[in-house]
Amino acid sequence: MTQLIREMSNTAQRLGVPLGVQLDLTYRCNERCVHCYLDHDDHGEMNTAEIKDLLDQMAEAGVFFLTLSGGEILMRRDFFEIAQHARSLMFCLKLKTNAVMIHKAEADRIKALAPESVQISVYSHRPEVHDAISKLPGSFKRSLAGARLLAERGVKVIFANVLMRNNFQDYTGVQELAAEFGAQYTVDPTITPMMDGDRSILNLGIGQTELQQVFRDPSLLGTSPEEFCDLPKGPLAEEDAMEMLPCSAGHTFCYISPYGDVYPCVQFPLPTGNLRTTKFIDIWKHSPQMNEVRSITVNDLPVCSTCSHNSGTCARCPGLAYMEGNMRGPSSLDCEKSYTRTGVVIAGMMAHPKAKPAAGLEQIHLASNENVVNFR
Amino acid sequence: MSTIYIARNKDVAARKLGGEMMIMSGRDSTLFSLNQTATAIWQAADGVTPLADIVTGKLCAEFDVDPAVALRDAEELVAGLEEHGILKVSNAPIVDAQ
Ligand code: SF4
Ligand code: SF4
Repeated sequence: MTQLIREMSNTAQRLGVPLGVQLDLTYRCNERCVHCYLDHDDHGEMNTAEIKDLLDQMAEAGVFFLTLSGGEILMRRDFFEIAQHARSLMFCLKLKTNAVMIHKAEADRIKALAPESVQISVYSHRPEVHDAISKLPGSFKRSLAGARLLAERGVKVIFANVLMRNNFQDYTGVQELAAEFGAQYTVDPTITPMMDGDRSILNLGIGQTELQQVFRDPSLLGTSPEEFCDLPKGPLAEEDAMEMLPCSAGHTFCYISPYGDVYPCVQFPLPTGNLRTTKFIDIWKHSPQMNEVRSITVNDLPVCSTCSHNSGTCARCPGLAYMEGNMRGPSSLDCEKSYTRTGVVIAGMMAHPKAKPAAGLEQIHLASNENVVNFR
Repeated sequence: MSTIYIARNKDVAARKLGGEMMIMSGRDSTLFSLNQTATAIWQAADGVTPLADIVTGKLCAEFDVDPAVALRDAEELVAGLEEHGILKVSNAPIVDAQ
């Protein structure tokens, strides 16, 4: 399957097809998670007709993997109308929710949407720890009740566990809980900056010692710690670096905010156009910003092209680098992670410019990757 | 042999990419890529056209294939796709397929 996905991505890349899109339907939410920085007021969300038209445009453009996220998707009264339209267009549908509002009726309707998966945020196996993070009393109980209703109906459920200082010790408990529910488990061990470049929430994140523990826990890695933490094998040869693209952002994937703004990725707040004035396919194909992102190969990265970590131990995120002021620069968070992973000093740690947020950013929602472990 | 009717399962995800159909079966999250002939069968699976007619009308018209061999291959393919919940197969027309 991985091989097939790789082939599909290559074909999509060659043909210029946006294979995957994350669409945030709203930034409104019934929780107030400590690590979430969203402005939860509605500043002009796309209406039902606009979103259905967008879905038609995306199907026409070849989008296959569609993630509907937020905010909390069920805060939209028209959620099922939108999702049913998406189903009729045969997208491979993934939903992200806190599941607090999922009762029997909603679970039945979600089951009828035949989603590929439903990802639910679970911060701890202890109610008081989870609720202290979500800041919604009783949310642990309600989220798990929602998860159970979906699991009972045969919907594939994924527990997404963001690790922070105050819940780090609970991840094995969440893993056990996931196993009990027959759910998959995905962990995100890093907190990333706010989209406006503000790095204050990074204080919530786990430290180097904990990260080292994560990098050495086979239950989280999907490979052996020895292999995962092996010495870096780069830098890549110039001809390989010329070919190598930083990631799928803007190449086969993009992100759309509730206000119709299109970005290369959920974690790459470079505005490329707005759907209220421009068709999706025109933004995708002709936006100068999208095309600039697309033009960059590893060879064009002044610091990272010379870094021994660029051949696999670091999956540098250009979106994080952009938030630090230069999309062609290193991402200090990825430098730190690669250093923690391998213990080998990194080009970017010496050459890294002081983090400066990019100007004119608009708020977009940050979500974890789809991988089992989001180590980027 | 009795007439076979085939219909696309509405629960699967599908999109054409570079001439081939990508299909994700919701039942077990398995991803398939159908080649051009399989894609033609999938697209023609309207529940009311017999498989034999699809083979002669679509496959033999569009691709240079022997009708008897094509029908045998198509039946095998259809059985495989049914197993994965991608196609519904019946000996009677499938009326709610549209
Ligand atoms: S590396 Fe960063 S910009 Fe690229 S796909 Fe991942 S999160 Fe998005
Ligand atoms: S982001 Fe840092 S670790 Fe990664 S390749 Fe660039 S300099 Fe090296």
